[in-house]
Amino acid sequence: MAAGDDTLTRVPTSINGFDRVALGGLPEGRCTLVTGTAGSGKTLFAVEFLARGRQRFGDPGVFVTFEEPPADIRRNAASLGFDIAAWEAEGTWAFVDASPDIADEGPTVGTYDFRALVARIGDAVRRTGATRVSLDSLGAIFTRFPDKTVVRHELFRIATTLEGLGVTSVMTAERTDEYGSISRYDVEEFVLNNVIVLRNGLYQERRRRTVEIVKLRGAPHRTGEWLFTIDPRDGIVVIPLAFLPLDKGSVRRDRVSCGIPALDDMCGGGFFRDAVILLSGPTGVGKTLTALSFMVAGVDAGERCLLYTFDETEEQLRRAIAGWGMDLARMDATGLLALMSEYPETSSLEDHFIRIRRSIEEFRPQRLVIDTLSALERISTPRALLDFVIALGAVVRPQGITTFLTALPGQPHPGPGGPSVAGQIASLTDIAILLRYIETPGRVGRAVAVLQTRGSAHDHRVREVIIDHTGLHVGAPLTGVSNILAGYGSPLLDTRPWPAGTAEGTSQPEPHE
Amino acid sequence: MTTYSFVLYVAGQTQRSHEALENLRSLCEARLRGYYELTVVDAVERPELAERWRILATPTVVRLRPEPQRRVIGDLSDLHRAALALGLPNLDEFGGA
Repeated sequence: MAAGDDTLTRVPTSINGFDRVALGGLPEGRCTLVTGTAGSGKTLFAVEFLARGRQRFGDPGVFVTFEEPPADIRRNAASLGFDIAAWEAEGTWAFVDASPDIADEGPTVGTYDFRALVARIGDAVRRTGATRVSLDSLGAIFTRFPDKTVVRHELFRIATTLEGLGVTSVMTAERTDEYGSISRYDVEEFVLNNVIVLRNGLYQERRRRTVEIVKLRGAPHRTGEWLFTIDPRDGIVVIPLAFLPLDKGSVRRDRVSCGIPALDDMCGGGFFRDAVILLSGPTGVGKTLTALSFMVAGVDAGERCLLYTFDETEEQLRRAIAGWGMDLARMDATGLLALMSEYPETSSLEDHFIRIRRSIEEFRPQRLVIDTLSALERISTPRALLDFVIALGAVVRPQGITTFLTALPGQPHPGPGGPSVAGQIASLTDIAILLRYIETPGRVGRAVAVLQTRGSAHDHRVREVIIDHTGLHVGAPLTGVSNILAGYGSPLLDTRPWPAGTAEGTSQPEPHE
Repeated sequence: MTTYSFVLYVAGQTQRSHEALENLRSLCEARLRGYYELTVVDAVERPELAERWRILATPTVVRLRPEPQRRVIGDLSDLHRAALALGLPNLDEFGGA
C-alpha cells in the first residue's frame, strides 16, 4: 500500500471493472487525467463516468466537449442505453459545447484567457447541481489556439475552478505513442496527481486494449495494465476484474455425473456442481467425446447445457454427435441443448468472453462446455487466456454452472522464465483430467488420469480408456504405465520438458545402444 | 455608409476587459464614427449568452453586421491587425467618403 491519504474518498465510476483497478473509484473533488491515443476509448470513458454516475447514483453531470458535437455524443451514448436528452430535459445533465465550428473561428489579436468558458462551466454546474464533470478532449483546444503556454495556463485555471467547485472531474487528452510521454502538450503538468492511461496497441497483429492507473494521489490502486474491451452494449469492460464477485460466496456440495460412471468414480463420485473442469489431451484422443458425454448426461438429468466449440462448425459437431450414436433429435426436442460454434479469429478473446457471458445470461445453462481453450490461444496472450479463465470462473461458479473446458497439451518445451502462464490455468480449475495416448507393444491405446479434484478425494491410478462406437469407456487401472504426464507434454498441466524416450510412453524406455 | 454592429464579450471587470473595450472604441471612433453600435456582455454575469454564442475565450469581439459575421479573440492590442481582422474600412476610405 502506497503511503497516502487514507482519508481520500473515492467516487465510483461504475465503469465495468474499473473501480476494482482503482480500488473504489476516482478521488472525490479532484481532477483525473485520462490519456490515450486516438481510438483508445477516452471519450467513452468520459461519457460513462458521467452517464453511469447519473444512472446508478442519480449524480447530475456536466459534459464539456471540445471535440465531438453534443448530438454525436447523445447518439453514441444512446446505444449504451443512456438517454442523455431525457436527463437534459430534467436538468440533471448539461453540455458545455466548445466543439469547433467554422462560424466561431477567428484570429487572435493580443492576449486572451478562457474565463468565458470557466463561467459557462461554472454556470452549468450550478444549474444542474453537478457533482461530476467530464472534459473531452483537451488536445482539440490546443489545435485551435496558437499559444500553447496560454492554453496550458488556462486549462490549469479550469482544473482549479473545478476543484474549487468541489466536483469530481475527468479530463481526457491525447498521446502520440502508446508508451512514452503521458500526453501531448504536457497537460499532465496541471493534473499531476491523478493519471490514467488507456492503450490500444497491436499485439501479434491484433488490437489489445489495456487500462493502467499511473498515479492516484498517492492512494492505493492496482498497478500494471489491465485488459479491457469496448462492448457495444456494456461499454468499457475491464477483464477479469469486472466479474470477480465481492465475496467468495458459498460452495456447493452436491455433485453431478459426467456421463462416464467410471470417471465419476475416479473423481470421488462425480463433479461438484460448481466445479470448473479442465480436460487436456492431444488431438483425436477423445476430448470432444468426453465433453459430449458430459452434456448428454446433463440433458438426461433435465439440465440446460450450453456448448461452445471453437474447433468445428456446428454441422461438423452434429455429424460427430450422430456418429457416436447420441440421439441428437431427442436432445434438440428437449430444448435443453444449445450448440454455439465460433471461429476464434473473428474477434478478440475479450469479445468472445463477453459473448459467452451473454449466452450464459440468456440461455441460463446448468452445464457449460468450451471445446477447446487451445483454439483461443491462437488469438491471445497467455496472460489474457489466464484472465479469461479467471473471469469465466467468476461468472459460472456463483451460478453453480458445471463448466467443462478442454485443452491441448501445450508445447513440450515451455519457454524460459519459470512455469508458463498457461500452467496456472490448471491451478484455476477444480478438477484436472488428463487423457493421453499410450503405446504398448503393437498397439496404441488411451489412458486417463485425474490429477486433482479440489475438496475431494480422487483415484490416483492411471486407467485405460477404450473408445468404441458406443462411446468412451474407462477400464481397469493400468500398471506399468509411466510418463503419462509427460507423454505428450502438457504445459497446461505440467511444465517439464519432454523427456527422452517418451515416444515409447511405457514404463521401460528401451536403451539405445 | 453601412452601420457596423459589434458585441464584445468580456469576463469580469479585469484590466484585459477594459483594454479590449478601449481598443475597440478607439478603432470604431477612428474609422466608423457615427456608424457603429457596440454592446458589451460580461460572460461571468451572463453565462447563458456566452453559452448560446459559444464563446470560449475572452475578450471576443463578434461583428454581427455587416454580414458575414466575424470573430476576433484577444484584447485587440495591435490596432492595425484588429482593424484588418474585423474588416473595418481603412482611414483613407473613411476620410474620402
